[in-house]
Amino acid sequence: MRHIISILMENEAGALSRVAGLFSARGYNIESLTVAPTEDITLSRMTLVTRGSDEIIEQITKQLNKLIDVVKLVDLAEGPHVEREMMLIKVKTSGAGAREEVIRLVEIFRGNIIDVTPTTYTIELTGHADKLDAFIVALDKAPILETVRSGVSAISRGTKSLHV
Amino acid sequence: MKLTGAEILTRFLADEGVEYVFGYPGGAVLHIYDALHRQDRLKHILVRHEQAATHAADGYARSTGKPGVVLVTSGPGATNAVTGIATAYMDSIPMVVITGQVPTSLIGNDAFQEVDSVGITRPCVKHNFLVKDVKDLAMMLKKAFYIATTGRPGPVVVDIPKDITAEVTEYKYPRQIEMRSYNPVVKGHPGQIKRAVKMMVGAKRPMIYSGGGVILDDASKALTELGHLLNCPVTNTTMGLGGFPASDRQFVGLLGMHGTYEANMAISNCDVMIAIGARFDDRVTGNIEKFAPKAKIIHVDIDPASISKNVKVDVPIVGGVNNVVKAMLKQLKADGFQPNEEVLGKWWEQIEKWRAKDCLKYSTDGDRIKPQHAVDLVHQITKGDAFVTSDVGQHQMWAAQYYGFDKPRRWINSGGLGTMGFGLPAAMGVQLAHPKAQVVCITGEGSIQMNIQELSTCLQHCLPIKIVCLNNGYLGMVRQWQEFFYDNRYSHSYMDSLPDFVKLAEAYGHVGIQVDKPADMEGAIKETFKLKDRLVFLNILTDPEENVYPMVPAGAGLDEMILI
Ligand SMILES: Cc1cc2nc3c(=O)[nH]c(=O)nc-3n(C[C@H](O)[C@H](O)[C@H](O)COP(=O)(O)OP(=O)(O)OC[C@H]3O[C@@H](n4cnc5c(N)ncnc54)[C@H](O)[C@@H]3O)c2cc1C
Ligand SMILES: Cc1ncc(C[n+]2csc(CCOP(=O)(O)OP(=O)(O)O)c2C)c(N)n1
Ligand SMILES: [Mg+2]
Repeated sequence: MRHIISILMENEAGALSRVAGLFSARGYNIESLTVAPTEDITLSRMTLVTRGSDEIIEQITKQLNKLIDVVKLVDLAEGPHVEREMMLIKVKTSGAGAREEVIRLVEIFRGNIIDVTPTTYTIELTGHADKLDAFIVALDKAPILETVRSGVSAISRGTKSLHV
Repeated sequence: MKLTGAEILTRFLADEGVEYVFGYPGGAVLHIYDALHRQDRLKHILVRHEQAATHAADGYARSTGKPGVVLVTSGPGATNAVTGIATAYMDSIPMVVITGQVPTSLIGNDAFQEVDSVGITRPCVKHNFLVKDVKDLAMMLKKAFYIATTGRPGPVVVDIPKDITAEVTEYKYPRQIEMRSYNPVVKGHPGQIKRAVKMMVGAKRPMIYSGGGVILDDASKALTELGHLLNCPVTNTTMGLGGFPASDRQFVGLLGMHGTYEANMAISNCDVMIAIGARFDDRVTGNIEKFAPKAKIIHVDIDPASISKNVKVDVPIVGGVNNVVKAMLKQLKADGFQPNEEVLGKWWEQIEKWRAKDCLKYSTDGDRIKPQHAVDLVHQITKGDAFVTSDVGQHQMWAAQYYGFDKPRRWINSGGLGTMGFGLPAAMGVQLAHPKAQVVCITGEGSIQMNIQELSTCLQHCLPIKIVCLNNGYLGMVRQWQEFFYDNRYSHSYMDSLPDFVKLAEAYGHVGIQVDKPADMEGAIKETFKLKDRLVFLNILTDPEENVYPMVPAGAGLDEMILI
């Protein structure tokens, strides 16, 4: 099953490589990983998407907790949560028809066109990872020049929060 | 008071109560060595290879419970130390390793003797630090000792760039430490302890399986009391030997690949298993599917990640052995627990039948020395009271099987990593920590050559270690596998062109003795131990093709042992 593990860790040099090293050394897979400081700059928040059986996920969370720099973590998939990912995508648009089609799609998906040249559009799109996937499929004929995805960020619903 | 980084380091170590630093100098640590020269609170032990420094610190730690301390230079100094760091990591040994680093301004430049020590050691340390500001040095060192010695212990590396050791700042020994990200749980959950006790009380065929955690937590007294109260068989892992007295009737010996028949059969038939400070290693479980198939399992471990990693357990208890076992004892006593002698009688009857197989028997009739006999004699002559270090191979297993350890911290071996070359340097650390004690290194002619240069260190520091080399002329453990599983094709397991160990010992300024006849062995061992102030290298030429029995072949269940 897919799990989103949210980690609060000391904002120390090398903290990221400890997490990445743990995953490669123990053969766990990482689907995506994002990290940035929080409002308290001594802490980083990392969101890690992984897959595995219940036993593997249990080991992953235990091993992560064992890292000295990890302050707290939560497996968001265990409860209601919201997840978002941002994508920047540059597409080639030749001919008026094609350009209109892209604009229409961007509207449907509630994206923004953030840069324009006579032959390209750069689009910004935020949403659930599935929505971004769907957009890529929908683009269909418009040739994609570049795709940049942020990886998943996620937060629990309701009043619960992950903080120190 | 303002001090340089180098002075802060030496001051801090002394303030922290460190007695010995095992090390080797080099460019990046010259300021530190100068500071060492200008103080007299710390003793520095100069080794002949950095790997030996780590094993010596490790032996010191295992035999005392105090953290071992190592100091090496950057680059090759650090890489040479890695094997010893990984050895300590696998066996959860508290250790702090100071590595020199090139000056901050050169880091990342492929500078002379630069290596990313933090990166190289990351997978085999509990934690590591790169010091970037001299103002952080004392606190980082404090954290290093705190992390190394608490929770599940382990090695911590502190990498110090050369410029930091020259910079000056105010020093005050940090007494207190708090880390929001690191708070090991030591007290067991009361509800879980109650569940565990209930399960023990209802058991018909209970069994204790205990390991290194008992030794690390100095909990053998509590464990022994629990064993006696429950009147159940007790088995130990290789790391747990001495945690329960070997001479006790309830002790059924080692379990696992080279465990006794009675221990492995009891594991395979028990209905409640109480696993304490042991990590269900694959050498212990054999085929996981067939491990303790009839048992409900209680598992006490300070590291949540050890629990249900290999074997799913029924009652997990996260906590320190001492705390948890004492809480169990309290509960059992409060409940007025008395073992049901009738039910247990049947269990013991069965165990005695297994024990009667006498799976560790060997014959002394032949004209070759049996290695098992040698270990038995060493046990007799040292009255079972020596510190015994070992290397890795058949001799290690024979030492584990035949030198019955009645006390904890007496058996010092590399279990998890299985590092050949561990024995002699580890014995140096043990002997320094216990100058009056008898320290024996049981080794093989293969292993001893991996750190033989330390004979020189032993001379310099007057360490009267007794090296008992069970010389079978083979990389015996490898040969045994080749005999059993590769149709006797002894590919590169023969130690050709061995040195004359007697002359070698003499060349290093020690005493060498050689024996090859069973009749002469007892005399030779006695003579060895009579030379109280000298290091003696006793080279015992043993039966070359002797095997370690019992043996559970890879993939088999524990009840599918190969017996003699
Ligand atoms: C050639 C060779 C053959 C071997 N054959 C065998 C064999 O036949 N049988 C065998 O048993 N081993 C054998 N070994 C050793 C084996 O590889 C493992 O090292 C050993 O079994 C592990 O022992 P352990 O489970 O006690 O764990 P350790 O490595 O000692 O781990 C200790 C456990 O206790 C926990 N712990 C630490 N501190 C505490 C505390 N304060 N409170 C609670 N828990 C704590 C830790 O988290 C860990 O889970 C062999 C090794 C070699 C090299
Ligand atoms: C550093 C290292 N290299 C290789 C091995 C693999 N190995 C395990 S036991 C062994 C043979 C050891 O030979 P010896 O020291 O003579 O002991 P014996 O088995 O003959 O008693 C080898 C090569 C190891 N454990 N460690
Ligand atoms: Mg040998």
